[in-house]
Amino acid sequence: MSGAHDSHDAAHHDAAHADHGSTKSYLIGFALSVVLTLASFGVVMSGLVPHDLMMPGIIVFGVAQLVVQLVCFLHMGTSPSQRSNLAIMLFTLLILAIVVVGSLWVLHNMNVNMMHPTSHMMPVE
Amino acid sequence: MFGKLTLDAIPYHEPIVMGTLAAVILGGLALFAVITKYRLWGYLWKEWFTSVDHKKIGIMYIIVALVMLLRGFSDAIMMRLQQAMAASDAAGYLPPHHFDQVFTAHGVIMIFFVAMPFITGLMNLVVPLQIGARDVAYPFLNSLSFWLFMSGVVLVMVSLFVGDFAATGWLAYPPLSGIQYSPTVGVDYYIWSLQLSGLGTTLSGINFIVTIMKMRTPGMKLMQMPVFTWTSLVTNILIVAAFPILTVTLALLTADRYLDMHFFTNELGGNAMMYVNMIWIWGHPEVYILILPCFGAYSEIVATFSKKPLFGYKSMVYATSCIGVLSFVVWLHHFFTMGSGASVNAFFGITTMIISVPTGAKLFNWLFTMFRGRVEYNVPMLWTVGFMVTFVIGGVTGVLLAVPGADFVLHNSVFLIAHFHNVIIGGVVFGVFAAINYWFPKAFGFRLNEFWGKASFWCWLVGFWLAFAPLYVLGLKGMTRRMNHYANPDWQPYLIVAALGAAIIAVGIFCTLVQFYVSIRDRKKLTDPSGDPWGGRTLEWSISSPAPFYNFATLPQVRELDQFWEDKQNGVAYVQPAKYEDIHMPRNTGVGVVMGAFGTVLGFALVWHIWWMAAVGLVGMVAAFIVRAYDRDIDYWVPAAEVEKIERSRHAKLQQIQTTQVAPVAAPQRQKVA
Repeated sequence: MSGAHDSHDAAHHDAAHADHGSTKSYLIGFALSVVLTLASFGVVMSGLVPHDLMMPGIIVFGVAQLVVQLVCFLHMGTSPSQRSNLAIMLFTLLILAIVVVGSLWVLHNMNVNMMHPTSHMMPVE
Repeated sequence: MFGKLTLDAIPYHEPIVMGTLAAVILGGLALFAVITKYRLWGYLWKEWFTSVDHKKIGIMYIIVALVMLLRGFSDAIMMRLQQAMAASDAAGYLPPHHFDQVFTAHGVIMIFFVAMPFITGLMNLVVPLQIGARDVAYPFLNSLSFWLFMSGVVLVMVSLFVGDFAATGWLAYPPLSGIQYSPTVGVDYYIWSLQLSGLGTTLSGINFIVTIMKMRTPGMKLMQMPVFTWTSLVTNILIVAAFPILTVTLALLTADRYLDMHFFTNELGGNAMMYVNMIWIWGHPEVYILILPCFGAYSEIVATFSKKPLFGYKSMVYATSCIGVLSFVVWLHHFFTMGSGASVNAFFGITTMIISVPTGAKLFNWLFTMFRGRVEYNVPMLWTVGFMVTFVIGGVTGVLLAVPGADFVLHNSVFLIAHFHNVIIGGVVFGVFAAINYWFPKAFGFRLNEFWGKASFWCWLVGFWLAFAPLYVLGLKGMTRRMNHYANPDWQPYLIVAALGAAIIAVGIFCTLVQFYVSIRDRKKLTDPSGDPWGGRTLEWSISSPAPFYNFATLPQVRELDQFWEDKQNGVAYVQPAKYEDIHMPRNTGVGVVMGAFGTVLGFALVWHIWWMAAVGLVGMVAAFIVRAYDRDIDYWVPAAEVEKIERSRHAKLQQIQTTQVAPVAAPQRQKVA
């Protein structure tokens, strides 16, 4: 808003520039993304991977690629200017994990507890 | 042409609704006539509706919340009256279908359209002032948030007179809220009013996180922020993390109702328990979203009126952050009885007990702040002490309910009703009234009347206990919630006492309204010329009351916590700067109002399946936003000369009153600098 805030923004901008990676980091990111994408297709199409491992394989490569893109393209890291972004990312992951894992756990537990065929049959005593 | 909407949608056959409608129409016409007579439309539009000033938006939030409090409270009185009457043979005066709508509307309105706007309003009013900012990070977005919230309010109010409202309870559990069991538009009103206002809330959350992270005055580190700002930060993080879950849950329910899907239905693979699970993953953080800023307000008030720095500032910050994270791992305690196994119930029972620990730590901090302080018992402090006593008991009954075994006895009983009113009234409502009394001078330039404030407090405190203590007893006796009629005549005396309590709360609300009236009438006498009526500690008290539209003529330099207090001690609080600079400010815009209006059209059309009208609403919203996006004239500069003129008159006033305040005003030779 004010002069001071303008300089504030400008300082932020400079910091962001400093974080904008080099051509090298973009190329590494690009290469890794290509490799990981090919690997994901490879898991399904090559016929070398047993059927049970296909889904976990794709998930692992997918998450790996997510991390690569966060680090190489969005410049997330441990440098001081990125620390709050990193903290927000970690908090987001924590909430996601709580929501997803928690819901699966709760619903699975209820399912086992309430919908099990034998518990239906059990006489009330 | 009009989808499901026909003239039959207006409930002619319900005399209570029609009477209310007549009153609303007459009241609305009277208000319209008064505004037109005094030619206030232009003023309201220019100075308020289109304003992007965070203080004015905050005030509008709080005014709407007060109005909706009256609506939500009339629902409460109706329920208390019904239950006081409808024992054994008597049927009371509310038919079941109407009663069900009343308790649903009461819950929805009190949480979404009273408590939330109170909190958002307070954060709007106070946070930028506390961190030395001139507005929020995204002033237009702030205005948009308010008007989206307003479109939710309008939809809820319209549901009273056109069609019906949900009769499902305030969280609209399926399968009851599914199309099969709730075929009318009630649940659709519920969904769209919450989606619209929820969108506004999420946008506010983003706005305030950015404001607090990026727009603090030079030098202010995170650990030098006032506690209210800290609690607001955590609350807004919770908003951004939790509200999307509500949005998605309601969207899935919408898909069930509109698109014949089966996420939560009984058949075809639907699972209603998933809805309950997800709505409470939002719902539990929501109650902390409401209470945390109130904790912040109490902290400011206790420190100010004990004339001491807050005891345990750091532990307060850490406790707030802990509560923020822990609030995400307790949700299952809302449905212990839904069928989880012992391990799941034990886990969530224990996390629930753990979350009471940081809250307890806060209580001790407040007590130790008062300990050996020169405590001044004026209205905000009375609310605060009343809160401490009331909230502790609410917390204790909460920990009791956290024991899964006990919960199996008390689940869905009126014991639970007493518990959560105990923490929401005793925590949030008391906090909001404390905060309104405390920050009112900063918003309007004069204090609120003490006598009527105290009268209001005592009525609320006594009324609250009279209304809810009997419910604790009845809960233990086995009375379940949401009963339109009961067969056991033994319960009636308790419910008559509870109705009496509600009547005393009504007197308390009346006293608050009188307080506003009397204070406005006596505003000359109650004026706050110094801008620091209480001997405050934080930056908002360093500027004039009411705050100038640019907030700070020069941005304050902060080196420590309670910088303003330190400055007063050192006699440098009111030094005039040698030179003022131009100030960059955002320009008012009507786009928020327009988008809110189209949003209301969209919501109403979706409720009634009027698809062409929905298209109009959506296209209108998007078009208004695009117009805004291409508008380059969104800001202006306040010339230094104008700032100087305003500030000079302020400093002249300060010199007149000189040493009447507790805090020393700057030494005269320093003031000559300018």
